[in-house]
Amino acid sequence: MHELSIANSVVELCAERAMGARVLRVTLEIGRLSAVMPDAIRFCFDVCAKDTVVEGAALEIVETPGLARCLDCGGSVDMTDLLEQCACGSVNLELLAGSELKIKQMEVV
Amino acid sequence: MCTTCGCSKGAGTVITDPVTGERIETQAEGESSAAREPGSWRQLATGPAGASVAAHLHARAHRHAHEAHVHEHHNAQTPAALNHPKHPGAEHSPASLSEVAIAAATHGTTIALEQDVLAKNQLLAEHNRGWLASRHITALNLVSSPGAGKTTLLERTIRDLRDLHSARTIQVIEGDQATLNDAERIRATGCRVVQINTGTGCHLDAGMVSRALAQLDPPPQSWLMIENVGNLVCPALFDLGEQAKVVILSVTEGEDKPLKYPHMFRASRLMLLNKIDLLPHLRFDVERCIAYARQVNPSMEVLQVSAETGAGMTAWYAWLEAAALLEVAETVR
Repeated sequence: MHELSIANSVVELCAERAMGARVLRVTLEIGRLSAVMPDAIRFCFDVCAKDTVVEGAALEIVETPGLARCLDCGGSVDMTDLLEQCACGSVNLELLAGSELKIKQMEVV
Repeated sequence: MCTTCGCSKGAGTVITDPVTGERIETQAEGESSAAREPGSWRQLATGPAGASVAAHLHARAHRHAHEAHVHEHHNAQTPAALNHPKHPGAEHSPASLSEVAIAAATHGTTIALEQDVLAKNQLLAEHNRGWLASRHITALNLVSSPGAGKTTLLERTIRDLRDLHSARTIQVIEGDQATLNDAERIRATGCRVVQINTGTGCHLDAGMVSRALAQLDPPPQSWLMIENVGNLVCPALFDLGEQAKVVILSVTEGEDKPLKYPHMFRASRLMLLNKIDLLPHLRFDVERCIAYARQVNPSMEVLQVSAETGAGMTAWYAWLEAAALLEVAETVR
């Protein structure tokens, strides 16, 4: 489960940037096509945060929708998963959004 | 498990050279940011019988103390009312003071980070890529589900290319949660290999490969085969610094694997359809499988092979030679 190592990275990065302050809230941006499950991150986050300055912080996850451009007809395609096709029938798609995996911001005291 | 204090955060990564028995151990992945920094991993007991114990750096104990300090400091500073205890305003009653303190403690400062969570791995991967390019080493990341035949494919490839007097040699980094079994199999072919045991980890990351490279020290103008942990999910997310991912799918698995694990098939440049000698005994539609793979990755290259009988392997060797030439061309450019 890669979510565990990702949650660990999130805790590490936040603890590093908090420079000793206590972290109250962490906002993550997770794209629908990123292969990362928000529920699994939530589950792992509390475990990873234990005994760090991030312990007890609220985790807010913003899920961003997937979007692609069809390389054959130029149309845009809403992607709920990687198996979407363009209305023209093409699967030759360039991903424009949805694979984000970012810490947007955090709140510290 | 940590043998010092018994904590079970998860076993750390161990990299072993099966020839010398040299072992390098690291902390459990992500346990501390120091785990990824050079110098924080240590070379421990060497020699074939070198069973060793990794001492944890209990960095978190320090952070804990730090937290308490800052918190206290902040509460004392924030409410301005505290500086004027004699002021007769109702808002300065002891009750409201504690409210202010609570408000100060619950409404913190927002720090915009906009930081990519995998940026650290990406940076290490680019570092590996640069190091490999400077030595004209063509690195491939071999991924598959467990049992698809990665190790058998490697064994045959190493022996055949040697028999074909290829100008380039193969070096191998083996990744598994536990055991040196695969490294021993590769070593039996006479090839240089180091084994990474990830402990509880389900994938290799760029930091592990970087440390394994230091131990393996592959010669210039060679192929580096990185056999990832058998897993069609997690390794798709972690760039190791390879030139390409090669996904191996055996015909004893379902032909719809590319649809079930689209991330991995999208991230790979080549699909090796392995164990084709077993096709007469199976209901496996090769054409449909290839169509599925190209549905998630239209530019996917596909080769049908049997590492057992050697069928189709010549095309794989030609692909390897072409990848090596591409590596040189890209470096020159």
